[in-house]
Amino acid sequence: MKFTIQVNEGPYQHQTADSAYQFTKAALEKGHEVFRVFFYHDGVNNATRLGLPPQDDRNITKLWADLAEKYKLDLVVCVAAAQRRGMLDENEAKRNGKDSHNIHPAFRISGLGQLIEGGIQADRLVVFGD
Amino acid sequence: MSDIKKFMYVNRKAPYGTVYALESLEVVLIGAAFDQDVSLAFVDDGVYQIMEGQDTTGIGMKNFSATYRALGDYEITKLYVEKESLEARGLSVEDLMELTWEDEDEDYEEKPSIILVSSAELAEVMAGQDVVLSF
Repeated sequence: MKFTIQVNEGPYQHQTADSAYQFTKAALEKGHEVFRVFFYHDGVNNATRLGLPPQDDRNITKLWADLAEKYKLDLVVCVAAAQRRGMLDENEAKRNGKDSHNIHPAFRISGLGQLIEGGIQADRLVVFGD
Repeated sequence: MSDIKKFMYVNRKAPYGTVYALESLEVVLIGAAFDQDVSLAFVDDGVYQIMEGQDTTGIGMKNFSATYRALGDYEITKLYVEKESLEARGLSVEDLMELTWEDEDEDYEEKPSIILVSSAELAEVMAGQDVVLSF
């Protein structure tokens, strides 16, 4: 089966991001296809490359990045939600005259159309949120 | 992407207090460009999103309620409102905005967009969807 995953909450505060990650990982390990993971609302914060969780805790951004590398996952961060919350990649930072950027290179920034396309292309869109 | 899917956006939260309602509306408006079969559902505190006479001056937030009136222009004409959610909050359909769309097949006659449904009826509509986005 082909899935698109939507993640609506940030890391750590809610279990949502962990659940989404566990689901995505399990689906891939079972041989299913994940067309795209789309990060929306505070979910965009999963993409920060500057998070420093304690050594003995999970690093959710790194978990996503490792999974993406292993399975060539398409991790997409909504540009509008990201800009509102100060999440920028290098290009967006430059374009908006900001002095730094914080998006992990395993993620890419794009528009909401990517979520709709995910809904159209996948057999199931699974939303993780509150 | 020629096949048309049935998309339903389920709005469950109050318009202010959290950002879900505002950002859900942003998805709906972008999604309208994809020519899918779109409907919205308003349940739980989500029914407050389309209440008439919203005034946000006291909380310093942008009042985006007018955007719901524009949905008809985006050919989004099916707004399901759950009766039980209204009743539980002491509301009726008269407390909601008058949301309409123009039917170009019938000389642009203005038709109501709001469809009042019971919880059971809404469940049936939901079961018939291809994609359900919950906010």
